[in-house]
Amino acid sequence: MNFLLSEEQLALVDSLADLLRDNCDAQHVHKMFDTPGDAVIDADLWAQLVAFGLPAIIVPEEHGGLGLQMIDLAIVAETLGAYAAPVPFFGHVLATLAIVLGGSDAQKTKWLPRLAAGDLLATVALGEGKSAWMPDEWTLSAANALSGVKTLVPNAAEADLIVVGVKEGLGLVEKGAAYTVKRSDGADRTRPLDTVTFEGATAELLEGGKDALPKLIDAAAILIAADAFGGAEHCVDMSVDYAKMREQYGTTIAHFQGLRYQLVKMALATEPSRGLYWYAAHAWDAIPEQASHAAAQAKAHLTDTYLQVTRDTVEAHGGIGFTWEHDTHIYMKRAMWDWAWLGSPTRNRLRAADLAGW
Amino acid sequence: MELGFGPEYDSFREEVRAFIKAHWPPADGNPKSRENERAFVIAATEAGYMHRSIPKRFGGSEQEPDIIKAEIIREELTKARAPAGRIPGNGLVVPTLLEWGTEEQKERFIAPTLRGDILWAQGFSEPNAGSDLAALRTKAELVGDKWIINGQKIWTTHAHKATHMFCLVRTEPDAPKHQGISYLLVDIRQPGVTVRPLIQMTRQLEFNEVFFDNAETPADMLVGERGKGWNVTRSTLKHERSGIATMTWSLSMFRDLVKLAKEVERDGKPAIQNPRIREELAAIQGELMSLTYSTYRATSHDVHDRDIGRFQTMPKIYMTELAGRIAKLARDIVENDFVDFGGEKLKWIERFMISLSMSIAGGTSNIQRNIIAERSLGLPRDHHGGKAAA
Repeated sequence: MNFLLSEEQLALVDSLADLLRDNCDAQHVHKMFDTPGDAVIDADLWAQLVAFGLPAIIVPEEHGGLGLQMIDLAIVAETLGAYAAPVPFFGHVLATLAIVLGGSDAQKTKWLPRLAAGDLLATVALGEGKSAWMPDEWTLSAANALSGVKTLVPNAAEADLIVVGVKEGLGLVEKGAAYTVKRSDGADRTRPLDTVTFEGATAELLEGGKDALPKLIDAAAILIAADAFGGAEHCVDMSVDYAKMREQYGTTIAHFQGLRYQLVKMALATEPSRGLYWYAAHAWDAIPEQASHAAAQAKAHLTDTYLQVTRDTVEAHGGIGFTWEHDTHIYMKRAMWDWAWLGSPTRNRLRAADLAGW
Repeated sequence: MELGFGPEYDSFREEVRAFIKAHWPPADGNPKSRENERAFVIAATEAGYMHRSIPKRFGGSEQEPDIIKAEIIREELTKARAPAGRIPGNGLVVPTLLEWGTEEQKERFIAPTLRGDILWAQGFSEPNAGSDLAALRTKAELVGDKWIINGQKIWTTHAHKATHMFCLVRTEPDAPKHQGISYLLVDIRQPGVTVRPLIQMTRQLEFNEVFFDNAETPADMLVGERGKGWNVTRSTLKHERSGIATMTWSLSMFRDLVKLAKEVERDGKPAIQNPRIREELAAIQGELMSLTYSTYRATSHDVHDRDIGRFQTMPKIYMTELAGRIAKLARDIVENDFVDFGGEKLKWIERFMISLSMSIAGGTSNIQRNIIAERSLGLPRDHHGGKAAA
């Protein structure tokens, strides 16, 4: 049994963390978050991450990628989550994965090298209405020209290519086609979301799009769960560090049992969930019959935990934790994003129950 | 990353399976007979599958430590419902004797303990020494070549069946708290020892009060040095950790819960189809999967000498809280049967209560929280001078 990260994987995370420590500290995230007007993506940081190789991770070597696995992508998502990185990673890698999984040879040859190199930015448009995330709930069709509305689309305004979930599977819509984008006043300003209205847009179906759907949905669930773990762990660390530093009644508040138990509760909710998201990523790579169930469980459990941990983090910090200038609210809003995208914990638990054959 | 045990262990698993198949179920078809169980344990020990850390001259099979082999053996025995080779009574005395005992103590006690001819009770807790174990007051005085023991132990599991007790007693009344304690072995079938059963809230009898009134044990029944009993105990408690056993127990309880939710009807349909019950069941499964795969991660890190990190201190309390959650969902499923001790859902009423005992026995949940706070989160030591470490 080798249920651990390889030396190469540890090195990948270490060097990514180094890059983020230098270029994406808390002050920087606040600056991006507070950009006046519509939320923006951090194009400079994204360019650095592209140069680092993030978009190439999951692309096969024959198409200019690194040919790595979901677990590699997931530990990267965890690290980005820990730093609350304001980059369009999620939408871009999911769109790339859609083509890896469902593209014809010609489609792969056309798109993957440019997506792996970060020459183009892509995203995915899956959700509809209040919370219609699963393929059997989608109403848009690419049979003729594509019309209809997709919600919570990550950085559609900046994207050169949108992979759209449709009744027939997955459609590719290029920038300049007949659609309009409206940026939401989203809670999480590190990952802007758009409403995209297609008005007879030209869409090219991915040849194997329908078959690629389950794996694509699972990948989305796993990457969100990984982000949630990174964010939650960061919040635990932040709260523990604060308790060791902040003094009241002549001593650090880390001495007070009420707070100690609160911190323990946060750590106890967070740390063991690492194994669940690792397993979901590993199942995606190696245990296909378990993958969807594990992904739904990971998405439900980790995002539920993350949101609660951010609430606990406010309590652990007292008044300063409730302010705009403190980091906590940024993590809470990322936790809200993770909670909603691809459906709430309740929806994913009921889905997991179905997948368990109950 | 790999979850299987790898090809080098596949052949070992085949060997174990073949062995079990040849020996269990027993030839006469009676898996309940003690004789059959004993014969199986002896054969499995000879084959190197049981009592692996114990030298052959003391009745063990003396194998190289290998937690993966140990896990494979455990899995295969469980699948075949074969005897697990657990030492009857409290087996923690065995690793303690191996580490600290005299040659004479090892020869005299270990083999009979493995066979079940000697049954041990653990005499640690006292009415005023629970979490703060080192506050214990039961005293022993060396008079001639005997220790004379007076005092009281409590929560002594299986003392009503045991023949012997390993216990902590105060032998140096003037020494500081932790330095005045010694570890003694006592034959408890003697007039100076009275065992009084304590009935649990489940109506079951597992533990007792034990009173010492000038009870005796020979001078050479001291394990380790006089006054160093606290160190002897601390090193024993290391042997107790087995994350995998914890996880397996939870998995089997969860399987039972799913079965219950499918069998019991609610509003004319299986309870498992009720959305609230279905969601809670899935939520419990999410925690169980977290425990399971973090345990695999921890085991892998152990094997490769990597630091396990924060999870190290967490399995016991995580499992305790999970067991409580499982028991509460079972309560919601059985509804009126929840108050009927004479009914067929008694097992779940008992589990509702037994899940609480887990938050007390072997280090209370609050003590576990202190351990997590200090060791995993690096928070400063608790004010009250207590040692969080059991």
